[in-house]
Amino acid sequence: MQGSLSKDAIIVIIVTAILIWIMPFIISTYTLTVLIIYGMLGLSLGLIWGFGGILCFGQAAFFGLGAYTYAIAAINFGESTIPMVLAVLVPAVFAALLGAMMFYGRLTDVYLGVITLVVTLILFKFINSTAGPQYVIGNARLGGFNGIPGFQTLNIPGRPDDYIWGDSYFYVCAILLAVVFFLVSALLRSSFGRIAVGIRENETRMSLMGYDVRARKTVLFAAGAAIAGLAGALFANWGEIVTPSLFSLGQSAEIIIWCIVGGLGTRLGPIIGAAGLAYLKFLLGQQMLIDNTLITGLILVLFVLFLPKGIVPAISNMWKVSFGRRQLGRIHQQRRIRHRGRANG
Amino acid sequence: MDLTVVLLVEMLYAVASLILISAGLAVVFGMMKVINLAHGEFMMMGGYATITAVNWGVNIFVAILIIAPLVVGLIGLVVERVVIRHLYGRLVDTMLATWGLSLFFIGLATMIFGNTTTGISTPIPGFTVGTYQISGYNFFIIVVAVFLLIGMFAVLKGTRAGLIARGAMQKSDMAAALGYSPDRIYMATFFCGCALSGLAGAVLAPLVGLVPTSGGAYIAKAFITVIAGGPSLIAGLFSSAGLFGIVNQVFTFAISPVIGEVALLVAAVVLLRLLPQGITGKIFKGKL
Repeated sequence: MQGSLSKDAIIVIIVTAILIWIMPFIISTYTLTVLIIYGMLGLSLGLIWGFGGILCFGQAAFFGLGAYTYAIAAINFGESTIPMVLAVLVPAVFAALLGAMMFYGRLTDVYLGVITLVVTLILFKFINSTAGPQYVIGNARLGGFNGIPGFQTLNIPGRPDDYIWGDSYFYVCAILLAVVFFLVSALLRSSFGRIAVGIRENETRMSLMGYDVRARKTVLFAAGAAIAGLAGALFANWGEIVTPSLFSLGQSAEIIIWCIVGGLGTRLGPIIGAAGLAYLKFLLGQQMLIDNTLITGLILVLFVLFLPKGIVPAISNMWKVSFGRRQLGRIHQQRRIRHRGRANG
Repeated sequence: MDLTVVLLVEMLYAVASLILISAGLAVVFGMMKVINLAHGEFMMMGGYATITAVNWGVNIFVAILIIAPLVVGLIGLVVERVVIRHLYGRLVDTMLATWGLSLFFIGLATMIFGNTTTGISTPIPGFTVGTYQISGYNFFIIVVAVFLLIGMFAVLKGTRAGLIARGAMQKSDMAAALGYSPDRIYMATFFCGCALSGLAGAVLAPLVGLVPTSGGAYIAKAFITVIAGGPSLIAGLFSSAGLFGIVNQVFTFAISPVIGEVALLVAAVVLLRLLPQGITGKIFKGKL
């Protein structure tokens, strides 16, 4: 990664400020809020998949867990500050346990995907079957298929009657996304982040260099889940209801699609992919001619076939080719390497 | 006594349906290493093919055993030519592309058949054992599953085509050097896998109310059965389907159907944690 962290911070602040100012003129803040939340969810998978190489099929599980934790806690506490914290912590702890089980068992790629998928299904089936009155946590009934409506939404910390909603909720979400984005950047710049990328590239080599690959993967997995949990809590506040469909495989699928379309291994890609595709879905939802799912599927297939790296890397490549410094031709490069080798040897 | 018989039949039925659900995927994923997330949708299309054929007046058994596998196999053939063949060997990419395909097919089915439940009645009447009622169709499913396993074994082990297919999956360049076209072999194998999925969907169609999103109910079960089965195709399929089917039925009977499903999934997670290579990675090694 180029540049320094402080430069990152300045860019994030400037871009966020401009976007917060301009975007509401184009799209209503109500829609924008959910696009931001999806962006954050995309970023959570982008972090662990794009930079840690952990393909998680169950990111929706953490998203849903965050949302449910918030809803249940909000009903029990009657205010929103502690529930927000819990909604980040509970998925993180859950992911740490799950991750420890998987990574210390040295499960990789396909098996990892299947286990995360299965765990999501278990949660989905379980929550779906909790319609009866015996499924109660504190004062909150889990409500099965109908979900949990009517919980306390976000309020100013310490003042349970001052709700944050409408435009101000949009600003809260936007700023939170910027903060999360900045934290992710900081994490990736730290030695932890660089080692995580090293693990993605070559796990054996990193473990031979003395790094505890299992522990690092577990921590990264938990960090991704924490972001997803935060997104879930924000989503619960936005929708004012949580339902089991948050855990569904379709939701997990969408998150993966966002990352692929936006571009893996970039921080911005998943956010752009998420917001862009969610907005596209919103626009498509307004027409009845062609089924929505069909188009989503088509987009995914076309991207895998023709643009497997995603939008952001493709654009930045194009930028480099058109405006950046030309790279040397292949023959020149080889010659230069050979010279360097001679000089060193 | 009666209860034991009923339970036994239910268990056999659970195992048989798991075998049916997973057989197509075992070929496509187990042999060809294509993570086919559209497997459930191939089954869904098998179901729709059957129902449409029956509504047009075709005999239901012809529709289930011949028409549905052919239709779905042909769809699979098109899919292989257009999408999958560009992606062999790229595990994650096949997964994402087939996920896209699955969404595409769900959308297509919704547009054609509408987002409503359709179904046909089971063609075999039930009968009673003591005070219990057993669906006669369960036996049909068990018989189909048995013939399916025997058939797969016979084709893979006994015929030249099966030998060529297995060889090409193991080392395609060697098969090519011996004068066979891996491209063609892959195409044919994918066709067979899809036809098996279509058959499974067709056989199960009379039991479930079919909606365009029905496929999602099968996909996870199929995957955990195939992955838990491990590298050998038929032994793995049989052993893991047996294990999961029995676990599922025991817990379903003891507590509730939901707990039965959850128990199946938990058993899968535990099993994969203990035997990451699947059952046949440790036991029955080297068998087909």
